[in-house]
Amino acid sequence: MTTVAKTATGEGTAGPYALSHLDALESEAVHIFREVAGEFENPVILFSGGKDSILMLHLALKAFAPAAIPFSLLHVDTGHNFPEVLEYRDRVVDAHGLRLHVASVQDYIDRGVLKERPDGTRNPLQTLPLTEKIQSGKFDAVFGGGRRDEEKARAKERVFSLRDEFSQWDPRRQRPELWNLYNGRHAPGEHVRVFPLSNWTELDVWQYIAREGIELPQIYFAHERDVFARGGMWLTAGEWGGPKDGETVERRLVRYRTVGDMSCTGAVDSDATTLDAVIAEIAASRLTERGATRADDKLSEAAMEDRKREGYF
Amino acid sequence: MSTTTTEALPATTLLRFATAGSVDDGKSTLVGRLLHDSKSVLTDQLEAVERASASRGQEGPDLALLTDGLRAEREQGITIDVAYRYFATPRRRFILADTPGHVQYTRNMVTGASTAELTVILVDARNGVVEQTRRHAAIAALLRVPHVVLAVNKMDLVAYEEPVFAAIAEEFTAYATELGVPEVTAIPISALAGDNVVEPSANMDWYGGPTVLEHLETVPVSHDLAHCHARLPVQFVIRPQTADHPDYRGYAGQIAAGTFRVGEAVTVLPSGRTTRISGIDLLGEPVDTAWTTQSVTVLLEDDIDVSRGDLIVPTKDAPPTTQDVEATVCHVADQPLTVGHRVLLKHGTRTVKAIVKDIPSRLTLDDLSLHPHPGRLAANDIGRVKIRTAEPLPVDAYADSRRTGSFILIDPSDGTTLTAGMVGESFASPEPVKDAAEDDGWDF
Repeated sequence: MTTVAKTATGEGTAGPYALSHLDALESEAVHIFREVAGEFENPVILFSGGKDSILMLHLALKAFAPAAIPFSLLHVDTGHNFPEVLEYRDRVVDAHGLRLHVASVQDYIDRGVLKERPDGTRNPLQTLPLTEKIQSGKFDAVFGGGRRDEEKARAKERVFSLRDEFSQWDPRRQRPELWNLYNGRHAPGEHVRVFPLSNWTELDVWQYIAREGIELPQIYFAHERDVFARGGMWLTAGEWGGPKDGETVERRLVRYRTVGDMSCTGAVDSDATTLDAVIAEIAASRLTERGATRADDKLSEAAMEDRKREGYF
Repeated sequence: MSTTTTEALPATTLLRFATAGSVDDGKSTLVGRLLHDSKSVLTDQLEAVERASASRGQEGPDLALLTDGLRAEREQGITIDVAYRYFATPRRRFILADTPGHVQYTRNMVTGASTAELTVILVDARNGVVEQTRRHAAIAALLRVPHVVLAVNKMDLVAYEEPVFAAIAEEFTAYATELGVPEVTAIPISALAGDNVVEPSANMDWYGGPTVLEHLETVPVSHDLAHCHARLPVQFVIRPQTADHPDYRGYAGQIAAGTFRVGEAVTVLPSGRTTRISGIDLLGEPVDTAWTTQSVTVLLEDDIDVSRGDLIVPTKDAPPTTQDVEATVCHVADQPLTVGHRVLLKHGTRTVKAIVKDIPSRLTLDDLSLHPHPGRLAANDIGRVKIRTAEPLPVDAYADSRRTGSFILIDPSDGTTLTAGMVGESFASPEPVKDAAEDDGWDF
C-alpha cells in the first residue's frame, strides 16, 4: 500500500503533510464536483473536447470512482469544429458510457433564429443555443472549464456563480464565497455555473495532464496544417469562410493552445510534439493563451465580461 | 492574471494569500510590481494595459488596469470585488486574493482572508498605523490568518530612514499581538521603486530581512497535524452497484482537519454510532493514511447509516454536538441580520434550519469596543450572535479549526449568503457582555 506517495518533496519549506500544488488543486476540484453531486438535481458538464473540459471529465471520473460519474455532458456544436475534436468527443463518450447532449449553432442558423456574422465568427452565437438547452434540459448546475487566469473578467468569477432565468451574470451581485462553503441555492429557472478549475493556470493544466497521462486530441501537438493569416493569427482554411480575397494558404508546422470554433481559434507556430515539449514551450511563452489564439477576446476591452453577462460560459 | 516563468517547474507547494490596504497605500502598485517583477505579466496583457492607458490619455501604463477587470471598476478607478491572480516562482505557486481596501467592502476582505494563509497589510510610511490598518489587522486576527506581513510602503518618500520603519513596525506588532496574531513580519518597501518587493533594496542597507517575495516563498504552509482534531465531513455516498463492485459503499469527502488511518476507531456524528475505518481510497488509489486537505473516500467496517452532512471523527477525539451555536460573525449581505431572523446554516456539508436568538454585541473595529445588544447587524458589521439550530451540529471552535469552526448563514427565501460565522470566543470579546439583569445582583 502507498501511504505518503503524494507528499511534496521540494524545498524544505513543506512539512510532511503539505500537498504539492497539483495535489491541492486536484483535491479542491474533486471537492467541488462532490458538492454539486450532493446538492443539485440535474448537473451537466460543458464538454467541448478542449483540454480544460477533458481535464474536468478526468477529475469527475476520479471524484466518483469506482462508481460512474452522476452527470451528463453538453456540447455546444458551433458547426465549425475541428473533426479531430469531434472524433475525440464521441470516443470518450462511448468509452465511459456517458450521455451527451448537443446544442447546435448550425440548427439555429438553418432555422433563421441566428444570423451568420459578417466576420464568420460563431463564438458569440453559442450563447443562445447554450442557454436554451440549459432551460429545456432543466439543468440546475452547469460545469464550465473556465479558469480565472484566462481573462480579467474571469478573474472576478466565483466558483459557484448564480445565473438568473435568462442565464445572465451580474458581477456586482455576486455572492461572497467564504472558506469552502459553497452556496448552491437558486430559484426555479435559475441555475449555477460551477468552475472547478477556477484556481488552475494553463501551466497547471498541462503539468497535470502530463502527470496523469491524459490523452488529448492531436491538434494540441505540432503538426503540418494548411493555414492562412488573419488578424495576426494562423487560422485553419476551410468551408467555414477562409481564406478570403487577399489571404493566401500556406502549409506550416503549428499546434493549438486552445480549442474552439475554427473561425476564431488560431494556431501557433510550434515544433512541440510531446507533452514535455508543450510544457517547455508554454513556460517560455510571453503570450497568454487567449492573447495568442483567440480573436473574439480582442473585440473590446470588456469583450469577455459582456459575453458572460449574456450567458456565455 | 497569468503565470508562466521561464523555468520548468518541479513539484511545488501552493500558498494562498490576500492583500489589504487602502486605495492610496499603493496596493495596486505592489500587486503590479509582484506580478511584473516575478515576470508573471505577459506581453499581450501589458500591451492591452498600455493601449487602454493611452486611450485614457495617461502617460505610462497604469498597472491597476491589470487588476481591475470589470467595466464598473475601470469607470470608477476603484476595485469593487475580490479578484484572484496567479503567479509562480520556481519555488512556489501563489493564489493571490486581491481585495478592495475600502471600508464598505469589509465583506470582500473577509471573503479573501477566509481561505488565505497569509495577509499582506500595506501601510504608507508617511502616515504610519491608521484606523484602516487596525481594521485590517483585526480582520486578519478574527479570521485567524496564520501569517501577517506588514509592508511599510513608500519608504522612498521618507528618505529610506530606519527609525520611521522601526516605529511603525513596533506600533503595529504590539497592536497585532494584543489581537492574538501569532506572527508578524514587517518589511520596508517601495512598491513604486521596487525596493524589497522582489529585489533586495540598495537603499536600505540597515534592513537584513527577506523581500516580500522571498518571504512568500519560504513561509511554512503546513501545520503540525499531530495536534489537530481529525474531521471528515461526508459529501457524498459512493455506491457503484456494479458487477465489479457489488458491495462497495464509500463515504466521500475532503478531510477538513487532521489525519485518518486505516483501522482507526471512528464515530459518525450527529448519530454517535462508532465503527472502524476499513479502507481509505485516495481518488482510486488505496492508502493507509490520509490528511487535510485531501479528497478521499472512506470505507467503514460496519454497515451503519451514514449520509451527506454527517461528520466522521476519531472516537477518542469527538467534538460535542449542540443546537446552540455562539459565534462571531461578519454580516456580508445588504439586508440586515436581526434577532428572530429565520435562516439556513451551512456547516461543512450540512445545511440546517436555524433562528437568530440574540445579537449580544456589535464590534466597533476602529477601537475594538463593543456595542451591546445592537438588535441587528448591517452590511459589513462584525458582531457576536447566538443561533439555535433545528438539529444538533458537531461544531469546533474556529480557533481550533478554520474549516469545522466556520459556517455561513443563508436566506431561505432567495438563497442570499447573509453572514460568515466563526464559532466560539474571538479575540474581540475578552470579557463576556453582561446583561443589565446580571449587573443588578452586584450590590455589595
